[in-house]
This record gives sequence, structure tokens and C-alpha cells, in this order.
Amino acid sequence: MNELKRTPLHDEHVLLGARMVDFAGWSMPVQYSGIIDEHRAVRESVGIFDVSHMAEFRVFGLGATEALQRIVTNDLGRIAELGSALYTVMCDEDGGIIDDLIVYHTGDLEYLVIANASRRETDWDWITSHLPEDVETADESDRTALIAVQGPRALEIVAQLAHEGFEPPARFTIAEARLGGTQVLLARTGYTGEDGFEIVCHASHASGVWRALLSFPEVTPCGLGARDTLRLEMGYPLYGSDMDRGTDPVSAGLGWTVALAKSDFIGRDAIARIKEAGPERKLVGITVDEGVPRPGYAVLHEGSEVGKVASGTYSPTLGHGIATAYLPSEIAVPGTEVTLAIRRKEVAGRVVRPPFVKNTSLSSAAS
Amino acid sequence: MYPKDLKYDKEHEWVKVEGDVVTIGISHFAQDQLGEVVYVDLPSVGDAVTAGETFGEIESVKSVSELFSPVTGEIIEVNDGLSDAPEVVNEDPYGDGWMIKVSLGDTAELDELMAAEEYEAFVSEEA
Repeated sequence: MNELKRTPLHDEHVLLGARMVDFAGWSMPVQYSGIIDEHRAVRESVGIFDVSHMAEFRVFGLGATEALQRIVTNDLGRIAELGSALYTVMCDEDGGIIDDLIVYHTGDLEYLVIANASRRETDWDWITSHLPEDVETADESDRTALIAVQGPRALEIVAQLAHEGFEPPARFTIAEARLGGTQVLLARTGYTGEDGFEIVCHASHASGVWRALLSFPEVTPCGLGARDTLRLEMGYPLYGSDMDRGTDPVSAGLGWTVALAKSDFIGRDAIARIKEAGPERKLVGITVDEGVPRPGYAVLHEGSEVGKVASGTYSPTLGHGIATAYLPSEIAVPGTEVTLAIRRKEVAGRVVRPPFVKNTSLSSAAS
Repeated sequence: MYPKDLKYDKEHEWVKVEGDVVTIGISHFAQDQLGEVVYVDLPSVGDAVTAGETFGEIESVKSVSELFSPVTGEIIEVNDGLSDAPEVVNEDPYGDGWMIKVSLGDTAELDELMAAEEYEAFVSEEA
């Protein structure tokens, strides 16, 4: 087996006593003090995550906007303003999801695309093979670090580290900033359901930023374990678990990221047909009172298996198990009673509409 | 971390012997590897357990593990407190985090188990 890749913060994690695991070929911290502790820190105060394994691509040049419009499903017209950000998926001709992405409009004729670590090579090949000659690309993943700062007190911490006259970027925008003397790109985005930021900086500056953030007693280092429980409580889909090439954005509950009315894009006709006919299966949330649902467990309805758990975990906020699953559309309705086969036991569950957890700092900030 | 008055098996359970009754739980190493315990599924009083076979399950946020009985016998007491407070397994694995008490069938099985020093050496190889 190949040596695991390391982020610029690898040594910091080891120093902090993190438990390191193989995640998509990367040596990543799954937890430091404990998943539930870290989860609570993000819901109540601030947690920081090293997500430098994620891929960063720059797409720029005269035809960049038109070319990206053909590749992603959402409408770049929504981020015409410099500094704004867009969540989108990228599909093949059949509407199969190649990846989910955040596209930041970082400059005139320039976009920063952040993609899943596990999809870096696939995405790069797909994007570059679908670009005309007047569009340039750069894979900046290796020299770029990404640190997520998430929680109701994230703004307070970031503002204390920032330069004089700092104006925080608005939700779903990105701006240049200086944090503790380091030049960074500061995005008001995240994957936890809390208010917060994602800091994009040069790999060589990552340790300095990380340590500056940890100098505040309110800040807890968090691993991928808490990242997963936090995102699942919000019902945010995870590539590889809740969606893949075999699923389409309509079935995955991401129809809102598909702008059928914009100019033509890859997968448009297939997705339009699925939307018209209605998807056969839909991704739903399921809650259980007992046990912890995990990926692959069978979901039963009136005695027959109707699907499998896509994502499943224990919700530290709610104190019970939560899951997602693709179910036939006719029963993919909130309130439907289902049964989960949790190994030897059959446990009662109920279909719900995510988010599982409401009233986070983000839901109050967004309203 | 590994009390001297207990015996241990390779599945990381501990056993405390008092006459022909043994108390069973999981070791410090096991609870640390699991992380925060969120669910413990235990059998009922009167159920039989067999050495080397599963008697329950323990779940953390990230993973699920089976619990293996180090001995053969009949369950005479179950720690019901763990259903409401499973985190006690992390906080006090050798005390309030105990799981079941078993009336032994064959005390010779205890000879197969490891003493604290042996178990510590076994764990340091596994870690």
C-alpha cells in the first residue's frame, strides 16, 4: 500500500495527540479529545478542523464563466458579484453526480473550486477535459491549506486575530484578510451548520494560523469524526455515502442546486427528465430511538427491505441515532414508519425531513 | 490502568473473581480504542454465556464492537445503569462501568486468562 499523504498540519495533529486514520489516502485526525466533546465545542463555542486534504482548483481566463457554466449544475449568474460563493454539483451526461463543489468567484474571470479529497483526480480530469483552450486551470491543492473555524463564537475569535479595520465577509462570500499577520482568503462557509469560516492559506503558513487559533481557550481542535456527526445532524450529504456517480441531484435532494433554466450544461437533459418524471428513490432522513444506524444496514417497510442506510451515526446533540437512506419515493415521506435492521435487532425508525438539528447559530444568523 | 486484582482476555474484557461469581467489564485500553461509548447492549439475568462467545455489543460514535465472554456460566446480575449512562464505561471501566456478573460453571477457565502484567504486554504489542 502507498504511503498515506500528509497535510501541512500533520505534525500539529500528532503533537496534540490526535488519533490518525486513513481517509481517502490521507493520514487525518479522526479525533483528539473525543468526538462528542469536539462536537459540543462546535455547537457551543468554536472548533477548528484541518481540511487541507480537500482539493483546490483555480479556473481562469476569458471563457472561464461560460466554460464552468457548462460543467456545473448551479447557475454562476448567482455569483456574478466578486467574492460570492456557490454550492453546486457537477454531473455526467446521465445526471450522475461526479462531485459536489463550492465555487468561489475570486477574481475577474477567475474562480476557486473546492472539491472532495477523494475526487481530486477524477474532478481534475473531468474539468480539464471539458474546458476550451481559452480557459486556464491550476491544481493548487498541494500548496494550499484549508482550516475550518466553526461555531457560534467563530466570528469573535477570527475578528481578534484579524487586521485592523477587519470587516467579516458575509455568509457565503470570500474575501482577503490578514490573520495574525498571515495573508489568507477567508470564506464564510462551512459544513457543520454553525456560523463560521474556512481559511484558505499557503501550506507554509498553516501551522502559524492553526496555532494562533488554538491560543484561544474557547477553541477546540476537532477531527473528521466530529465533522461527520455535525454535518449529518444538518442533513448535509457526503460524497461517497449519500451520493455518487449512480445517483442524481434530484434524488439526492439537491434539486435546488440544478438551474435548469440557465444555458446548457452537462447532464441537463437527463436531470430534466428525472425531475419531470419524479425520482424513483429519494434520500431521506431517518431517526431511531435505540442503537446506532450505520452505513449498509437494511431499512424495512411493512416487512420488506426498501433501502439501505447511506450515512448513519449517533447524534451527540439529540442523544439518539440518525441516518439517511434512499427510499422509494412513495414512502420517502416525513412520518413514514420504518424498521432498521441494526445487526441482530430490528429497531423502529421514522422518516423525517433534515436538518435533524434545528436552531443552530447558522439558522439564527441566516434568518 | 490495569488493576492487579483483575484477569484479562485477548478481547480486552476484564474479570474480577469473588468465589464462584465473576464480574465482567472492558479494559481501559478497550474503552480508549472505542472512544465515547453511546450504547451498550447487554443480555438478561438468567441467560447463559459461553467462554469465547459474544454476550453483547458496545457502540461508540464511530464504531461497534462485540463483547466476548471470558467465562462460561449463568448471568446473575446485569448493570442496568449503563442503558442510561453508557459513558460510565469510559469514565470508570473497572468500577461503575462493569457489565455483567456470572455464576461460574468451570473455574478452570480462569487459568486461561492473563494477569495484569501479561495483559499490559499484550496491549503494548497491539497498540
